[in-house]
Amino acid sequence: MSAELLGQSRGSSHQGDSLFERSILSLAFVPVGLLLLLVALLWYDAWPALARYGVRFFTTNTWDPVFENFGAAAFIYGTVITSLLGLVIATPLAIGAALFLAAYAPEWLQGPVAFTIELLAAIPSIIYGLWGFFVLAPLMRSTVEPFLKETLGAIPILGALFSGPTIGKDLLTAGLILAIMILPTITSISREVIRSVPDNQREGMLGLGATRFEMIRYAVLPYARPGLIGAAILGLARALGETMAVTMVIGNSSTRITPSLFTPGYTLASVIANQFTEADKEIYFSAIVALSLVLLLVSLVLNVMARVLVARTTRGPLGVRN
Amino acid sequence: MSLAKPMVAERLERPVSSRGHSMQIRGLSAYYGAKKAVDGITMDIPANHITALIGPSGCGKSTVIRCLNRMHEVVRGARAEGEVLLDGENIYGPGIDPVQVRRLIGMVFQKPNPFPMMSVYDNVIAGLKLNGRLDKREADAIVERSLRQAALWDEVKDKLQASGAALSGGQQQRLCIARTLAVEPEVILMDEPASALDPISTLKIEDLMQELRERYTIVVVTHNMQQAARVSDFTAFMLAGDDRVGRLVEVGPTDEMFTRPTEKRTEDYITGRFG
Amino acid sequence: MEASTVISLTLGKTDTSLKRRKLVDQIFTILVVLSALIGVAILALLLFYIILRGAPALNVAFFTERPLPYGEPGGGVAPAILGTLQMLAVAALLGIPIGLGTGIYLVEFGHGRFAEAIRFTVDLIAGLPSISVGVFVWSLIVRHVIGNFAGLAGAIALAIIMVPIVARTAEEMLRLVPDTLREASLALGVSRRRTILNVVLPTARTGLVTGTVLALARAGGETAPLLLTALGNQFFNFDLLQPMAALPIQIYNYAVGPYEDWHTKAWGASLVLIGVIATLSLLTRWATSRSSFKAR
Repeated sequence: MSAELLGQSRGSSHQGDSLFERSILSLAFVPVGLLLLLVALLWYDAWPALARYGVRFFTTNTWDPVFENFGAAAFIYGTVITSLLGLVIATPLAIGAALFLAAYAPEWLQGPVAFTIELLAAIPSIIYGLWGFFVLAPLMRSTVEPFLKETLGAIPILGALFSGPTIGKDLLTAGLILAIMILPTITSISREVIRSVPDNQREGMLGLGATRFEMIRYAVLPYARPGLIGAAILGLARALGETMAVTMVIGNSSTRITPSLFTPGYTLASVIANQFTEADKEIYFSAIVALSLVLLLVSLVLNVMARVLVARTTRGPLGVRN
Repeated sequence: MSLAKPMVAERLERPVSSRGHSMQIRGLSAYYGAKKAVDGITMDIPANHITALIGPSGCGKSTVIRCLNRMHEVVRGARAEGEVLLDGENIYGPGIDPVQVRRLIGMVFQKPNPFPMMSVYDNVIAGLKLNGRLDKREADAIVERSLRQAALWDEVKDKLQASGAALSGGQQQRLCIARTLAVEPEVILMDEPASALDPISTLKIEDLMQELRERYTIVVVTHNMQQAARVSDFTAFMLAGDDRVGRLVEVGPTDEMFTRPTEKRTEDYITGRFG
Repeated sequence: MEASTVISLTLGKTDTSLKRRKLVDQIFTILVVLSALIGVAILALLLFYIILRGAPALNVAFFTERPLPYGEPGGGVAPAILGTLQMLAVAALLGIPIGLGTGIYLVEFGHGRFAEAIRFTVDLIAGLPSISVGVFVWSLIVRHVIGNFAGLAGAIALAIIMVPIVARTAEEMLRLVPDTLREASLALGVSRRRTILNVVLPTARTGLVTGTVLALARAGGETAPLLLTALGNQFFNFDLLQPMAALPIQIYNYAVGPYEDWHTKAWGASLVLIGVIATLSLLTRWATSRSSFKAR
């Protein structure tokens, strides 16, 4: 809007203007150049490992710097399991909290609760890690995991998820800390998405004699669905790349792939954080950069998907004449 | 009982079917937060007639109609005082559930608001489905009947599974009317139902209202005086004072209101001297 | 009266299922409230532990002394606090002009696909895993430019993290400046450059400062990229070309160490960090709620 408006005055611009505009333009170019350089450099550094191991890099789970055998399957598995676990736990809670903020909370309560959620999002990863390390992990080991093992562990098939020694620093605890960390992300985007549902949709449903739950279930959630999926994907992307908190509670010790969530493991990010400074030869370093590249590309793809979905809900009127 | 009553009797040309239900508004005031929007409305809404609420924008006519099925209170901080009676029972009485009120008093909104994620078919039975599972044959019958009543059946019978948002604006509004009819309300409230539509669609909606009058009691808000004159049996004129609080100026049979209004202010508005 | 056709609102025809529907509605309300409560409870729990365990660590030495060697009780985290401040200062010098320039471009000059692409890029950078940023800066700066872990490399990593936050808040805030102000200025014959610098930016000042402060708060808590770039340091260091301590790194090293005293210090450092972040959040919230043009 403003750009078009100002564009008309371009003819009469003063001398300093074009220099000013050019310097602003060059500043605006920095992010683009930065992202391209970042992807290119990681690709360049990761190439020796990718070229040498090929598909094996993604399908084997031997990670042996001494004999130069590098397979990231276990790390990818750990990343996927913990992130999905976090997503499954956090999404319903986050949408519930978003509904509370957007549709249930009295006006005086909205501000404080929203601020609480914002603050949760602002707390650094390392502090979640510290809390997970000293509070959550011991609690998981002593109470939660033995309980899960006794109750759910007896069920066939599902029980395999809750078998083995209860250590406390494992995939389950990492998933839980990720759930806590992505909760505010998903909540605040979901709140915006839910708020963007036109009032006439809510009123249309209420006018038919719907209860508040029915209004949400049949009018708000269907309309908001793409945006809510986008919010969840953004949460997933954040979980995938989360490093410090996960590093501190995941155990960092095993490259086995077992069904049990009580297995200590690694995620891509936690391997990078743990081993980066140890990489003493070029191929080891290259393998670690390759992990970083995988992480980067997956999170870029998820971010693009999520933003498209969120934008579709919050911008598009979906064919309803507004 | 009230001022409007004798005039109602005068105008009863058509026999009132036993199905009709009347409403009475008694001392209704409405607020948005601390701000009063409407003050002390008292009027009758006779059964099986079309009652139009007219007045310049900002006079509170939409607020009044939204009070008639407790939609007003849906807005955050909004509340209403006074009584609104449906067949003598106060819909604001203690123990009355607004959900039940809205089921009995349906509403069609200013802008067509079909549910875009539902098919035309599902839009029609959206309200009914709230009460539980519907037999497929029964649902089919209700969909056809409601769409026929809304004069939309012939246009959409081949695209019942298309999205409700795929229809034209006028069709969307008739879909919303069909959706309201499907739950078989007693009274239908229409808040400027044609203001967002083209003239042909508007005409269709107006014809439809004439047909619906046989079965339903209708209240319609309109800013278009010609429309009020064309479709309604009774007209209520509202005006906001200098305090920007809407009040009822007068209510009476539409013919009289437009030919010999008792109030000077009504005459000024109708003759286009302000508004 | 039409007594024979009176319908009852309380015992209407659809009443049979209404009780069940109301029950579902109430259960759902409880679930929604519970979800919000869990979010609030998590924050309360975090703060409770951080204050409970961190408060005993706080004393004068904690803020003024350097960490002591293994096993020796006492000492503080002063190098880490100074290191974080130094790196944030440099990061601000690098990141704010880029972020602000991008924001100005998007609002005042950008249009069409090109602006859309820049906006999209900024969003993508915001979504980058911070550890990837660390790997990138290590590869580029630590390996090829400086040759060793260094505070400057850490600052560059933090600057990259700040850019998208500054850019997006700047864009939002500048968009709130009414076009009428720009028109008024241009109509007086003021150049675009002067209009932007003397009219638009000052009008949006509060919002711009808010975005910058938020970005600093976010960068100040970053750990992973610093582990790969600044590395950490037990000593006072004012040379940006040498490894530098930072509060988050110090928390990590203390937490995973074997000594009870270190653990207490980790909690104490967390308390300091979170105190600063919470204060900044509250201040910016207060500032934005007061800024005049936002209220229209």
